[in-house]
Amino acid sequence: MTAVKEESGQEDPGAMQDRGDGYVPSQRRIDRERYKRTRARRATSIAALSTLVTGVVLYLVVVNAPGWPRTKETFFNGRYAREAFPKVLEGLWLNVRLLLICGVAVLVLGMLIAIARTLRGPVFFPLRALAAAYTDFFRGLPLIINLMIVVLGVPALRLQGITVDPVLLGGTALTLTYSAYVAEVFRAGIESVHPSQRAAARALGLTNRQALRYVVLPQAVRRQVPPLLNDLVSLQKDTGLVSIGGAIDAVRAADIIVGRSLNYTPYIVAGLVFVALTIPMTRFTDWVTARMDRQRAQGGTL
Amino acid sequence: MIDIPEGSSPVLRMEAVRKTFGDTVVLRDVDLEVAPHTVTALIGASGSGKSTLLRCANLLEDVDDGAIWLDGEEITDPRTDQDAVRRRIGVVFQAYNLFPHMTVLENITLAPRRVHGVDRAEAERYGRELLERLGLGAKAGEYPDRLSGGQQQRAAIVRALAVRPRLLLLDEITAALDPELVGEVLAVVRDLKGDGMTMVLATHEMGFARDVADQVCFLEGGVVLERGTAEQVFGDPQQERTRQFLRRIVEAGRL
Repeated sequence: MTAVKEESGQEDPGAMQDRGDGYVPSQRRIDRERYKRTRARRATSIAALSTLVTGVVLYLVVVNAPGWPRTKETFFNGRYAREAFPKVLEGLWLNVRLLLICGVAVLVLGMLIAIARTLRGPVFFPLRALAAAYTDFFRGLPLIINLMIVVLGVPALRLQGITVDPVLLGGTALTLTYSAYVAEVFRAGIESVHPSQRAAARALGLTNRQALRYVVLPQAVRRQVPPLLNDLVSLQKDTGLVSIGGAIDAVRAADIIVGRSLNYTPYIVAGLVFVALTIPMTRFTDWVTARMDRQRAQGGTL
Repeated sequence: MIDIPEGSSPVLRMEAVRKTFGDTVVLRDVDLEVAPHTVTALIGASGSGKSTLLRCANLLEDVDDGAIWLDGEEITDPRTDQDAVRRRIGVVFQAYNLFPHMTVLENITLAPRRVHGVDRAEAERYGRELLERLGLGAKAGEYPDRLSGGQQQRAAIVRALAVRPRLLLLDEITAALDPELVGEVLAVVRDLKGDGMTMVLATHEMGFARDVADQVCFLEGGVVLERGTAEQVFGDPQQERTRQFLRRIVEAGRL
């Protein structure tokens, strides 16, 4: 987190002096850059000071709160933190596996739904309608309700051959909801490809399907990488919700200790572990987005 | 070097074509006949219907009324296989419309491979041969964004030629180019005429149209107001409106 962005994309005037072309920075340039450096130093000190003041104020407000000693004992207890940490990590492995498997399933299903929504022709009407209904329904349905229906409702049917494993059912529920989100991301990508691209493809004699496959989809997917990663980060933390079915993931592992000790520190531990897991992913998303922006900036017309 | 199919009956024929967008009549009663190995230039102000006429000929737009024949086959019949029709027509767009995620060579070989079933080696061989001929031999592996406008437009022409089309439609292909780059693209079109390629082009380059066209059509408000050889239309225009248009072009220094 940089408080001050370096604005100098220019060379240092000192290093500029001898470049073979006899260029000597003018006094004007030297003055100008000295002024910019002073400003930058000032901005850095202001940012540092303001951060310090904010930190101190927040600290004082929290510590002087009437319930602080008790809160500290219940939420920030070192002993329980040490006890919970390994168990939570063990549970986290389930979250990671869920993320990987659901992530792949979500991308595939989301893409299929998005394609179904863009199909033309009367034959495909039911498919189009079904895909539209699917996205409308699962995007609107709160994930937690979806999870309860699938994880608790499906086993209650007592169907032969249908799993009652809360991990599998929870994963299914996550996939159902996230496929709807991701389908919309893909659809937006498909629609963002300029119609002239499709026209050019059709003018070459490509069928609608070929135009989609070779021209539209590759461009759509490339453009949607940042929002897709965003949804994956979101999926990563929502894997914690499978705990409501009793699957022992990081959240549930914390829950067990809380239930026994009536101390909430394990929740804080689990929360921090999730944050630690999503940060690299978020940074990766930022990096990909920035890289793509740079490429597009060089790219030109399309 | 470019394969041109033989034949003497009109390649493209339009009869009483009408096209509207909402309340705007874009084409009104348009007749057109394009003989093999000839170049037809469509001239006229922006919005006169030149581009729409080309888009209709390629079935990128449905006509409201009238009929269009390609090599004697009525392509406006709703029972025609539109993809099969487009396979025989090459189109070059004003904005090039190259596929930005593919290299120049991939742009060019896409249709031969996926639509015409040409194997990859042969498609690439012919693609490279055409690129070489249009002076783009070194650009086969580049992405379109790395090319200048003139190079992009020449690559787009190669893409259209790579399927050995019966007819080439050129929609204001120099309109987006710097004056310096216009020449290199027009030189390519002149070469193609030398090969006997049948072409219909919408253009604002009057000097070029006069030079290269066998037939010139002046469009105004979706109507072909005047047509004839280049000498007739540019040298001795019959319609007052045509004279006015040409006068303005001369004043703008473009003829």
